[in-house]
Amino acid sequence: MIEQLFSDYTVRTIALGSGILGIVSGALGSFAVLRQQSLLGDAISHAALPGIVIAYLLTGSKAPLVLMLGAAVAGGAASAAVIAIARSTRVKFDTALGIALSVFFGFGLVLLTALQKRPDATQAGLSNFLFGQASALVEKDVLTMGVLGMAALLIVLLAWKEFKISTFDPEFGRAMGFPVGGIEFVLTSLFVVAIVIGLQTVGVVLMSAMLIGPAAAARQWTNRLAGMVSLAAIFGAVSGVAGAVWSATGQSLPTGPLIVLSMGVLTVVSFLLAPARGLVWRSLRDWRNGRQLRLEAVLIDLYTLASQHERVDHPHAQAVLDLMANPIRGTSRSLTALAERGLARQIGPNLWALTAAGVARAQTLVQERFGGIGNHGA
Amino acid sequence: MAPEQIEIQLIACIVSAACAVPGVFLILRRMAMMSDAVSHAILPGIVVAFFLTKTLHSPWLLIGAAAAGLVTVVLVELLFSTRLVKEDAAIGLVFPVLFSIGVVLIARFAGDIHLDTDAVLSGELAFAPFDRMLLFGVDIGPKSLVMMSAILLVNIAFIALFYKELKISTFDVGLAATLGFFPAVLHYGLMSLISITAVGAFDAVGSILVVALMIAPPAAAYLITDRLSWMLLLSVLIGVVSAVCGYWVAHWMDASISGCIASTAGVVFFATVLFAKHNGLISVWTRNRRLRWSYAEKMLAIHLRQHEGQPEEGRENREQHLTEHLGWSSDFASRVVRHARDDGFVTAVDGRLFLSEAGRALASEAITDE
Repeated sequence: MIEQLFSDYTVRTIALGSGILGIVSGALGSFAVLRQQSLLGDAISHAALPGIVIAYLLTGSKAPLVLMLGAAVAGGAASAAVIAIARSTRVKFDTALGIALSVFFGFGLVLLTALQKRPDATQAGLSNFLFGQASALVEKDVLTMGVLGMAALLIVLLAWKEFKISTFDPEFGRAMGFPVGGIEFVLTSLFVVAIVIGLQTVGVVLMSAMLIGPAAAARQWTNRLAGMVSLAAIFGAVSGVAGAVWSATGQSLPTGPLIVLSMGVLTVVSFLLAPARGLVWRSLRDWRNGRQLRLEAVLIDLYTLASQHERVDHPHAQAVLDLMANPIRGTSRSLTALAERGLARQIGPNLWALTAAGVARAQTLVQERFGGIGNHGA
Repeated sequence: MAPEQIEIQLIACIVSAACAVPGVFLILRRMAMMSDAVSHAILPGIVVAFFLTKTLHSPWLLIGAAAAGLVTVVLVELLFSTRLVKEDAAIGLVFPVLFSIGVVLIARFAGDIHLDTDAVLSGELAFAPFDRMLLFGVDIGPKSLVMMSAILLVNIAFIALFYKELKISTFDVGLAATLGFFPAVLHYGLMSLISITAVGAFDAVGSILVVALMIAPPAAAYLITDRLSWMLLLSVLIGVVSAVCGYWVAHWMDASISGCIASTAGVVFFATVLFAKHNGLISVWTRNRRLRWSYAEKMLAIHLRQHEGQPEEGRENREQHLTEHLGWSSDFASRVVRHARDDGFVTAVDGRLFLSEAGRALASEAITDE
């Protein structure tokens, strides 16, 4: 399978294109996700349709670069409209997105269907461009994607500080004299570039996932922007290549959805297993904390009971502890754990007492929790 | 008009109304993009139901699709509740993955059947009248008309029944929970409506028009009124008007009806953005302009009042002096003076400015207001 990747020209081209797309959309998507503009990509990609049709109508050409230019102009216009409406009216950002997405796409459909009726024109190439057909990628397309993508990444590197400030603290940026509005414009334009180079490969519907998925996955592994952007680029590239190779394994499955599914797997794995933020570790941590708290509660209860007797090692019935600490779950497991740590010991059947170490530990705990009040259990 | 034309318009109107009603709550709850997510994610539901029933004409397809819509909602909520990602990212992750599963399933197992993924997006209303609904062998109308009318009734019934609860849980979730209204139950109820509506409508009009009709008319109504009841009525009205106008534009251009209706809804929304009586941009701009001038006139009146009858009056109360004292450009100063003269607050004699009785009143009113 891997050999096939390197020997088969078509597969190599598709994998390369998908990989480039993954790198660019992963890196730029990080900014979209952090700015809570994840769905802007969805609006931009849908809005590309009228631009593509108009570009074709004006030039009569279906060259990818021409169509990309049209898509970029329409996508840029849509995102400008969304941002302007959300800023200057009471209509919210998500509503503005939905309107831009559906209205631009609807208008594109009008143009497309009107175009179909003309005797001299066909729309075939146009809808492929829009709905994604990675298998149609040729070397020239990949070259275009590569050049545009690298240019976009270069701008990200050059304007790194500006993008960072306008993403995390635009007010501070403004106060420092950065042209925050201009920076946002450049960043949004770069989103448009990433989307436009991806449309041909994965299509309108799935393009937004290419921006969000790698970034959301990368976010779980790191708290640093540089780490997140690089990791997202890597995740994007891996998903892209994996999808392309998977698609080439002979079951004639479409590349775009397979890229998105590979990305989905990566994302789910990150959500579950990323250190610190991963859900598996988190629930493990919660479980351990719960166990520790239950254990300490039993220890303090034992101490409370003991402090009412002459001798601190006076034994007490487990039934009493059950009632005090945890009537439903019982305290057997906590008591066993306490015994293992040498903090309590079993005197007789269901009778438990503190050890000297247990008394000391309980006193510290009471001191920590109840401070100087000190009359706990008195 | 041919009977098909009437039927198409009727279907379009019913779809618009059925979408607008739950759409109002979607945009008020800032979940507009859920309509997009749900209307795309129903694809795998249809595919799975098709595998189980082996037919494209079974009510199970609709049930499967509606279930997939709800699965989308649940997954988004679940993902969001882990706090690993924000809600918008959760939406943007879930529906493309579900859509991909649908596309892959079709490609893998059903390559030869007619389940066109492009058609999910675009729809074709022109064919809707040819798919008839037969009840006991009697033709009772196009299938999508009957179905969408039923969905519209369900939507209206749900909103009417839970109007108070929906209203409170939309505007004040905390209060709704305190009052024992189960905001979560209402949320899923509403989301079920969105799913069912999206499923019923996409077959006839395509998922993009579903999104357009769920969001654009309520958003336009939102700019026009502050009352929920009016917003519901206006949304339906705007949706229906967009549907009829869109149909005729499509007829005239010989283009996609869904596309034309979505575009018309967009034009209507854009018009309200500009012209809405209170929240429209033109209204906001004129209000801001008026405020700017009236504020400047007040400043002028206060300034003149301050020095009135004082020894320095001859020097201070001149148009040229305003640039120095109030920091205005000379152009702005002369325009303020012109406005104030037009409004009868100020008279000018030999370059000196005198307050009229009204001007004096304006100044003292402005000062006591502070």
